[in-house]
Amino acid sequence: MKILVAAKRVTDPDMVIKVKPDGSGIELSSMSFKMNPFDEIAIEEALRIKEDKGGEVVVAGIGGDKTPTEIRYGLSMGADRGIHVNTGVDPDSDAVARILAKLLEMETPDLVFLGKQAIDVDDNQVAQLLAEYLGWPQACFASRVDIEGNKARVAREVDGGIEVKEIDLPGIISADLRLNEPRYPALPAIMKAKKKEIKQVTPADLGVDITPKVVIRKMAEPPRRKGGRLVADVAELVKLLREEARVI
Amino acid sequence: MEFSFTKEQLMFKKEVIRFAKKEIVPRIQEFELKKQFDFESFKKLGDFGILGLHFPEEYGGGGADVITTVLAGEALGEAGVDGGLTLAYGAHTFLCADTIFSHGTEEQRKKYIPKLASGEWIGCMGLTEPNAGSDVASMTSTAEKKGDKYILNGSKIFITNGPIADVSVVYAKTDMEKKHAGISAFIVEKGTPGFSAGTPLIKMGVCTSQTSELYLSNCEIPAENLLGKEGDGFNMSLQTVEWDRSALLAPFVGAATFMLNRCVAYAKDREQFGRKIGQFQAIKRKIANIRIFGEAARNLVYRIAWCKDQKKPLNHLEAAVAKLFVGDWSMGPSNDAVVLHGGYGYCHEYDMERIFRDSRLAPIGGGTSDIQRMIISKLI
Ligand SMILES: Cc1cc2nc3c(=O)[nH]c(=O)nc-3n(C[C@H](O)[C@H](O)[C@H](O)COP(=O)(O)OP(=O)(O)OC[C@H]3O[C@@H](n4cnc5c(N)ncnc54)[C@H](O)[C@@H]3O)c2cc1C
Repeated sequence: MKILVAAKRVTDPDMVIKVKPDGSGIELSSMSFKMNPFDEIAIEEALRIKEDKGGEVVVAGIGGDKTPTEIRYGLSMGADRGIHVNTGVDPDSDAVARILAKLLEMETPDLVFLGKQAIDVDDNQVAQLLAEYLGWPQACFASRVDIEGNKARVAREVDGGIEVKEIDLPGIISADLRLNEPRYPALPAIMKAKKKEIKQVTPADLGVDITPKVVIRKMAEPPRRKGGRLVADVAELVKLLREEARVI
Repeated sequence: MEFSFTKEQLMFKKEVIRFAKKEIVPRIQEFELKKQFDFESFKKLGDFGILGLHFPEEYGGGGADVITTVLAGEALGEAGVDGGLTLAYGAHTFLCADTIFSHGTEEQRKKYIPKLASGEWIGCMGLTEPNAGSDVASMTSTAEKKGDKYILNGSKIFITNGPIADVSVVYAKTDMEKKHAGISAFIVEKGTPGFSAGTPLIKMGVCTSQTSELYLSNCEIPAENLLGKEGDGFNMSLQTVEWDRSALLAPFVGAATFMLNRCVAYAKDREQFGRKIGQFQAIKRKIANIRIFGEAARNLVYRIAWCKDQKKPLNHLEAAVAKLFVGDWSMGPSNDAVVLHGGYGYCHEYDMERIFRDSRLAPIGGGTSDIQRMIISKLI
């Protein structure tokens, strides 16, 4: 079974984010980066399926010049080869979906795995858009995946329970947090990954226009929280809740 | 001279830190308070590949060079792993397993290395005796050959992993007439009749590692458990010095970074007299001191590792300087890290007092600072 996983380079979720003083974006110069955690989970699941059923896992990274660092990480986890679509800057979700759609024409995988969202912009759109562009079945927010023949049974955590979906393959699955615990690449795997291929592709090669449809005009820090206020008794509290906060 | 790490080495270091912070660090306080060895964390180190990192892959190792191996030790310290676990790892991998790997026969390697590399078996090394510490050659444990057996007698003390080890490398004299040249090394397995370990000693630091005596009373082992040749023992123990002065010191280098990160964060957060304490010159000075120690120690330790990778013979003077520097000069910065945190620094929860206590082993274990000074002055 051939599985393609898309992986994004994102700012390290453990770091404190600062907005640039002019509001044009996030201050990136002092940030460290890593693979989007949901994409790691997606790669892990793809690797487990491969270990069980055989096949190939391809990691596709879409982004600027540094993206191969994250693709290499996926190769260290055990993926077989990588593809880097160099877009210069990060494209918007729609462009990513259109790029992936083109890549899938070339790669013809049996299954596409994505993270449910990237933890930098939290769009949560690529898997759904991609399914729409290709007309493929989708099962998003997977918390368990079982492959049987050319069907995938996918459990998703929904409010109040677990919903199980069965989709035909080829199809698109996006990984939720509890799907698995991604492995740590061991040193021999890191050394082997050094020799694995990362193919370079441009959006022009794929004939995709990446002019953004979504433009971020301005970013701002959320307003600082004001300190609380002490009230004398319950009567005053109720009065304030009613007249000032207007919540009861 | 090349001072840079490869991309793969840096990626691996990051991975070790991530692994340790997630899998090991959250468990430390519990085991530190109970003064118990954390078998699960040790096994995790094995599963992750750290315990056998430098052994070839066909023996279950990671095939790493010395620099990468040292990097892993530094990463554990930097992540905040306690000195007890890193000492247990050091004694297991470098003092026990590596001695078997470097001097053992193919059968011995095949029998012991894969299980030691995975952490299925735990190893220890017994050299020090109640009356023979710095003066190793005065040891009185004996090994007498009888037919196809050796009969071991004597006792060892301060043996890291002693109470929990499955495999011990034990030094004893095959020739009492000779000093250094009379010492030989043996593999003794747990459960061998006549071989036992004492209860764990109660120590100032490295509390999660178990340290005890080993007793040998008419302990019979097969003659093929001899490592190398009779009389090779002293040189074998000297060879572990290269690892001792690189991989075993590396966690102290990492701990300096851990302290530094903690101190910087605290200094930026804590306010007194209406200002962040980081604005006081006295605090800045402490932070600078921790950094200075870390930088200098790192260079000394990696220098030993680099020479070993380059197959250069060990420079005993440099090795002694590295050991001495980490041992004696870690006192100031680890004390600074405690004091910088005020009362919190003195309390267990803030980790600084643990690092201070753990670091006090460095001027003693594996050759005291006095002995290092003696070596340095002799070689000048
Ligand atoms: C926690 C811990 C773990 C250990 N793990 C192991 C282990 O796994 N395996 C093992 O074999 N050993 C182990 N050791 C033993 C350690 O290596 C010895 O404690 C160390 O070598 C010192 O020996 P000693 O304790 O007998 O001190 P001594 O040699 O008796 O020294 C006492 C004092 O005299 C000084 N001194 C001695 N000779 C001289 C001299 N010529 N000139 C000037 N000063 C001198 C020393 O510096 C020291 O201050 C461990 C020790 C500790 C504390």
